[in-house]
Amino acid sequence: MKYWWYRFYYTTRGVLWPLWVGLVNLFRRPVTIQYPHEKPRLFPRSRMMLYNDIDNCIGCLQCARVCPVDCIAIETVKADKDLGVTNTGHKKKLYVTIFDIDEAKCCYCNLCTEVCPTECLVMTPNFEGSVYDRYNLILRFAKITPEERAEILRKAGGKTAGVTGILARKA
Amino acid sequence: MLRTLLIDVGKALYLFSGLMGLAAILTWMERKQSALMQDRVGANRARIFGLRLLGLPHIITDAVKLLTKEDFVPAGVPTWLHALAPWVTLTVACLPAAAIPFGHVLPWGGQAIELQLMDMQVGLVYALAIASMAIYGVILAGWVTRNKWAVLGSLRAAAQLIGFGVVLGISLIGPVLLYGTLNLQEMVHWQDTTVLHGWLPRWGIFFQPLAFLVFLTVGIAETKRIPFDLPEGESEIIGYFLEYSGMKFGAFFLADFIETVVVAMLTVTVFLGGWSVPYLSADQGGFVWPWGAHTAVPPAGVALLQMAAFWVKVFAVCWLLLLIRWTLPRFRIDQAVRLGWQYLLPLSVLNTFGTAAVLLIVGQ
Repeated sequence: MKYWWYRFYYTTRGVLWPLWVGLVNLFRRPVTIQYPHEKPRLFPRSRMMLYNDIDNCIGCLQCARVCPVDCIAIETVKADKDLGVTNTGHKKKLYVTIFDIDEAKCCYCNLCTEVCPTECLVMTPNFEGSVYDRYNLILRFAKITPEERAEILRKAGGKTAGVTGILARKA
Repeated sequence: MLRTLLIDVGKALYLFSGLMGLAAILTWMERKQSALMQDRVGANRARIFGLRLLGLPHIITDAVKLLTKEDFVPAGVPTWLHALAPWVTLTVACLPAAAIPFGHVLPWGGQAIELQLMDMQVGLVYALAIASMAIYGVILAGWVTRNKWAVLGSLRAAAQLIGFGVVLGISLIGPVLLYGTLNLQEMVHWQDTTVLHGWLPRWGIFFQPLAFLVFLTVGIAETKRIPFDLPEGESEIIGYFLEYSGMKFGAFFLADFIETVVVAMLTVTVFLGGWSVPYLSADQGGFVWPWGAHTAVPPAGVALLQMAAFWVKVFAVCWLLLLIRWTLPRFRIDQAVRLGWQYLLPLSVLNTFGTAAVLLIVGQ
């Protein structure tokens, strides 16, 4: 009989308390974000798609070297003229002929933006990376067109430097 | 003669369109209320001319979806028996409402229309008897489809509905002793007054709280919905309507909601004063407030207020039932049967004897 009362008490409590919780939550605002119509507010330092401001890039290759998944491919050629300086005052000594980032490979670890000396490689708040073809996820930041690149390579006698993985070979 | 017939048809249309309409709205409320309880937004995609209407068009889209789905009948199953089971379930779910008084009298063209479909002396027994027949549709559905899981589901339903059906009857003996009648209209009349110097409506729930709790619990079990949905258990333990699709499945689904409304109607009639509005008295011609004031209401207004009060109360109880449905997890079969036989049955018997003893001492 003692067990009967024990179960009776805990059953009653176990019914009434959840009912109260449900009732309280009934009058709370929904936490749902109606995604395509409203965007979530991201935290200030969220790590999303990468962006490289190529005008400030000095082609130092640090980002490509530190990348743990090798998703950055860079090809540089020694400049034969004065390319000016970056926002941070670094002298641009190299043509950055290829600067490709495969966002499909990127693990969003933020290491590349940490090492960037000119702060030109940054994480943007853009998280909408869905594409129909996964090669569209290869972001090409180099401003130099293939024709200009061929011309630069011809002048330099084919001497290049860089970290070119499978990406650059495809490009 | 024709006039009587027309009045009866009108009353039936009113009651059953209200019943079906409320059941249809419950399918929407089920989603919307559960969403709100879980801090979600809920159904809001369907639109009519660009109007979302809080997701109400989903009722129509559901019906269209169910009607246009393939109606699958397993091989070797008699088609007419297969089609019979959902209709037995649906009909039996609707019928108890016929005994429910949904208002007192409506003055119409110098004639008072009694707002009840069947004014029976044994209205309560009729409602319970019809409600207990719900088991036939369930057993038929499980048995006729030649599926062992469906049969197991319907056997669980039988174990549950019979066990709780007993308690359903016994839990109402206390109120019946108190009211001294089985006539549902007279029960409401008994409750259509006040006690405590006019402050408290004389509703059954204040005199029979234990019977109310037991009846509500058993009522939820009779609707075969969570937390007592072991006959159905859609995705996990497979229910008796496993081999039904399209609108036949929809009929079973709607029957659950109709049973919910019917249980709410019975609860309202027996425990919550039925159509009676607190402090509104038809004899006094208006509201008689506890502090002695009087607000006059014309007879037609009284009748309409009472009809509205009935639906408001039914809706409130449906809301409570949905709140319970989205709060509690499902019982195991042994837990459900133990709850019925070991806890609710003794409690309802205790309530019966207690009420009888008190009535004997007080001397009615």
